[in-house]
Amino acid sequence: MLKTFSKGGIHPPENKLTSSKNIKRLSAPKVVYVPIAQHIGIPAEIVVDRKDKVEIGQVIAKSGGFVSSNIHSPVAGTVTKLDMVIDSSGYKKQCIVIRTDAKNEANFQEVDYPLKKEITLEPAEIVKRISDFGIVGLGGATFPSHVKLNVKEDKKMDCLIINGVECEPYLTADHRLMLEKGEEIVVGIKILMKALHVNKAVIGIEDNKHDAVELFKRLTADEKEIQVAALQVKYPQGGEKQLISAILNREVPKNGLPMDVGVVVNNVGTVFAIYEAIQHNKPLIERVVTVTGKKLDNPSNFWVKIGTPIKDLIEEVGGMPEGTRKIINGGPMMGKAIKNTDVPVTKGTSGILIVNEDEACRGEVKNCIRCGECVNVCPMGLEPHLLMNLTEKGMYEKAAQEDIMTCIECGSCSYVCPSNRPLLDYIRFGKNITKNLASSKN
Amino acid sequence: MDSPPIVISASPHLHSERTSKKIMYDVVIALVPAFLVSLYVFGFNALITTSIAIISCLLFEYLIQKYLMKTEVTITDGSALLTGLLLAFNVPAGLPIWMIIVGSLVAIGIAKLSFGGLGFNVFNPALVGRVFLLVCFPVQMTLWPMAVVNNTTIADAVSGATTLGIIKEGLQFGGTMTELSAKIPSSIDMLLGITGGSLGEMSAIALLLGGLYLMIRKVISWHIPVTVLLTMGIMTGIFWSIDPEHYANPVIHLLSGGAILGAFFMATDMVTSPMTKKGMVIFAIGIGLITVIIRFYGAYPEGISFAILIMNAFVPLINSFFKPRRFGSKIKAKIM
Repeated sequence: MLKTFSKGGIHPPENKLTSSKNIKRLSAPKVVYVPIAQHIGIPAEIVVDRKDKVEIGQVIAKSGGFVSSNIHSPVAGTVTKLDMVIDSSGYKKQCIVIRTDAKNEANFQEVDYPLKKEITLEPAEIVKRISDFGIVGLGGATFPSHVKLNVKEDKKMDCLIINGVECEPYLTADHRLMLEKGEEIVVGIKILMKALHVNKAVIGIEDNKHDAVELFKRLTADEKEIQVAALQVKYPQGGEKQLISAILNREVPKNGLPMDVGVVVNNVGTVFAIYEAIQHNKPLIERVVTVTGKKLDNPSNFWVKIGTPIKDLIEEVGGMPEGTRKIINGGPMMGKAIKNTDVPVTKGTSGILIVNEDEACRGEVKNCIRCGECVNVCPMGLEPHLLMNLTEKGMYEKAAQEDIMTCIECGSCSYVCPSNRPLLDYIRFGKNITKNLASSKN
Repeated sequence: MDSPPIVISASPHLHSERTSKKIMYDVVIALVPAFLVSLYVFGFNALITTSIAIISCLLFEYLIQKYLMKTEVTITDGSALLTGLLLAFNVPAGLPIWMIIVGSLVAIGIAKLSFGGLGFNVFNPALVGRVFLLVCFPVQMTLWPMAVVNNTTIADAVSGATTLGIIKEGLQFGGTMTELSAKIPSSIDMLLGITGGSLGEMSAIALLLGGLYLMIRKVISWHIPVTVLLTMGIMTGIFWSIDPEHYANPVIHLLSGGAILGAFFMATDMVTSPMTKKGMVIFAIGIGLITVIIRFYGAYPEGISFAILIMNAFVPLINSFFKPRRFGSKIKAKIM
């Protein structure tokens, strides 16, 4: 029996259309739009001005605090504007617009670094470099990585978990990266182990990516300290708390962090970015993006420069198919629907999903028949029907007592509801109000 | 712009194939085997009683929603159809037509719609209808047509007593189980449905088949039916092992009356049963205990309808008491 997490979970159709497609490197776009808030926490502060010339990898916005991150120029070119541009949230956000210098060859070189195994930096230097080079969690949450590595002295850590689960349907960015950059990822894992002073690491991969499981078993055959855990396919196993539960059978306490159970979790994409930063001095300026959808001519995986407009990616896979009704930034379970394809790729963009007519709209909302399926599938052991009800009635304090704040917004409840009830919509709303109530009290 | 606009909505952007309607029709499908047995055993009567119950339930739902409540009419969601079918299953085949109509009105009008419609009712509508009829028309509601195979006429149905009725009456008049065992049908007959009783509770095998289908389709989980039957089996087993002359054995108890119909189809009604597995087990233990107590000490030979309705009333309490274990409440992990 393969391992999996302790509570709830669902099995949406996988639809991994692009799992056998090599990651193709896209050439630099003519113009990049780089938002200064690409991570959770404080937005970065712009340090360039209009008409400034910038090089690839140059810092263009500096970290605004501890929980923040530097932002680097993805191309060599000229800053044309500091403007407000709509990002995937649908709101206008501060953005640095850079015109790519078409004559600068550095923009179009395919850089393929040779594998470098030897780790020369000391732990503190590693953490500093990760912070300086703008590494954030690439699994989607975009939490600045150096924060996770700053372990307080009183916390004991014993395990590093590498998240190669990719439980979102359709997405294959992590899967392809694992297959193509396996050796580099193993070095990245060792870098993190050194930084964290732990001597155990486990790579969690769902068994639908059997080739990746086999590859990593082979690559780590001689490494006693690194294990590979093949996991049962179940959504939302990629959730940090769920993954720890699946691999170590430890539960992160309510309102706690993985640190509280001695664990740090990092996504495989992040690990690869860390490898490049530490071994090859490359800041985080590009990432793998899966562009997919059932009606697309040629769904693919791409290496994309941060700041590339999404419409460029859609062009690359054969253009927007007829009957497109929804464009999703991310996977179908947790991604954001966007209307505007000028939205740029950011550090958190793991995929673009194009949905056609028949799957885009929600069904008619009916009465709750109290089937309890939302309770069964909730990975946090919550009662979504109750939380929705309490939110509807404005009973936010009661909702807080019922642990509304521990919801991870995986959407399993809304997915299974036979009456199409917008459970997660209400819970999100309730969470926001509860959060505001709590902060206004302080 | 020619093409339809791009849709924006919050995640998740996927939805499972499960719908309320599919769940309702799955239950209807699960009841088909038992209905076929009834058709075979009671003939035309079974057909008449069932059709009248279903038609009147649908009609009352339509009329009340359209003209009284002035809300959306929901007769196509399958729930009224199911209520009608279950009501028919819980009354004697060949019950006077007007009584069936009254029962349907009580089930749909009082037990379901007056609470706010599907999902808001506290009590199982079909059972409220049945118990209303049982209390108001005790004579007709206990006039059990006997299993007369291939009976195609309405008029000459032979009436008799149910297994539980025979035992209750026999024991009251000083009989012992040894004397009574000759009068009650064999276990095989009860399994197959060659016995007296409500329209749908005849054949244990057919009902179990339907129950199995519901479990495979994940409409119901094992928790309620298995716990109800287990509780009844253990309770009656204890009494029987102490005094086998005055208490029927567990096999008779489980195969007779509405035990299986109740456990698999009535107690598992989603709207009126608890949400969590823990809650379901408590709910089911309650049903099992109350059923056995009524069978042993109550005025009626069978008590599962009352037991389910009584436990229905406890569901909100059970729901607020037996909550799922929150993730993260486990004892602290040991860090090496």
